[in-house]
Amino acid sequence: MIALGLLGFAAVLLLGLTLWRRRSPAILRPIDAYERLNRAVGLAVENGTRLHISLGRGNLFTARGGSALAGLAMLRRLAERTSASDRPPIVTSGDASLTILSQDTLHSGYRAAGAEEQYRFSTGRLTGLTPFSYAAGTMTVEHDENVSANVVIGDLGAESALIAEASDRENSSLIAASDDLSAQAIFYASSQEPLIGEELFAAGAYVGAGASHEASLQVQDILRWLIIVAILAGSFLKFLGMI
Amino acid sequence: MRIVPIVSAIIAVSAGIIVLLGYFVSIEPLPGLRLLLIDWGIIIAGMAVLVGIFNLVAVQMEKIRTRQKGGVYGALLVLSLIITFGFGLLLGPDNPFMRMAVDAVIVPVEAALMAMLAVTLIYASIRLFRRRRDAMSVLFLVAAVVFMLAMMPTPFGPIPGDWFILLVEGAIARGGARGLLIGIALGTLLTGLRVMIGVDRPYGDN
Repeated sequence: MIALGLLGFAAVLLLGLTLWRRRSPAILRPIDAYERLNRAVGLAVENGTRLHISLGRGNLFTARGGSALAGLAMLRRLAERTSASDRPPIVTSGDASLTILSQDTLHSGYRAAGAEEQYRFSTGRLTGLTPFSYAAGTMTVEHDENVSANVVIGDLGAESALIAEASDRENSSLIAASDDLSAQAIFYASSQEPLIGEELFAAGAYVGAGASHEASLQVQDILRWLIIVAILAGSFLKFLGMI
Repeated sequence: MRIVPIVSAIIAVSAGIIVLLGYFVSIEPLPGLRLLLIDWGIIIAGMAVLVGIFNLVAVQMEKIRTRQKGGVYGALLVLSLIITFGFGLLLGPDNPFMRMAVDAVIVPVEAALMAMLAVTLIYASIRLFRRRRDAMSVLFLVAAVVFMLAMMPTPFGPIPGDWFILLVEGAIARGGARGLLIGIALGTLLTGLRVMIGVDRPYGDN
């Protein structure tokens, strides 16, 4: 019941803050990786190169699906912004349901930008169903498709090292984040501006996906403070031998 | 007014709420409905795999048709897929031929990629200083090397003070990892909530 209450509290906060943020947009702290991403989007449209977005292999039936959904929210906004480009962005994923959703999201982004005829189903690709086949298929996209920037956001494991390495070999930018700790360590070592921890879930807010994304960052902060207070209170009570 | 986005949002939001309530409230028919909806979801996800494979084939066929770079590999992929899929349907997954296809082709190829991964990781750590020369990068590498030295077996036995390194660094690493995981859990929760209340709709032409 406590968990359900917390969920209800978070949902009410999210709705309330979303309405508030629609009237007064938030001022976000600068994150180098997202600034680089915004520059990379502009650059890809100007110089006729492609943006490659990889959403990982997060199964939507597991808790790992959260990072994939965050990636999809970002994708929708990026599709709108790059719809004017000669070379549309390519989206790769390692889960079939995620591929279908990525195609749907790309389609919606193009429609919202008034460029529906530009959409090709082949720009949303399933590259493999196992971690390494997904990485191998993604590496070929980075190599063959004249990609200037790779945005890798989602659930990936150790295979992310192969994707990061391919990006480095092609001299393209890498903006990467994962919900997996080993992939985070790999991206820390192989990208110029690493994204750590929950910064992955800020992607939507930083690419301008709307008030709900900004509100969700605020709710995260509020919940984080509540958790900190609970941990400190628990430790103190344990120290006193009361629990 | 387009109807599809509204209908799909209603279905998604109500299914999400029923499944969530089914987890927490054990009043019938919620738990039963939750299981039923999850079963339907699993069947749809199974079909999505077939659609995904069709997408994979279609992309490779387009590569071959338009004579793009890597078309030959695409042809090889489609051919292998048709052969293994056909034999899999005819013989079943337990047939020795099918087992051989997995044991002699897929497993070694994945193992080779895993071996490549080890080299790639070492190479990435070496190049870390080329990308960023800051205190955090130094700390990252020093921590990784010290932790590995304390953990790995050496020909001379354990290094002196390995228990202390594992105790201190392990405690810091575990604390940091838990902090990161709490952040990720909160992000996942809020992302899920956004989808569940219909603010984010990554489906149905929205």
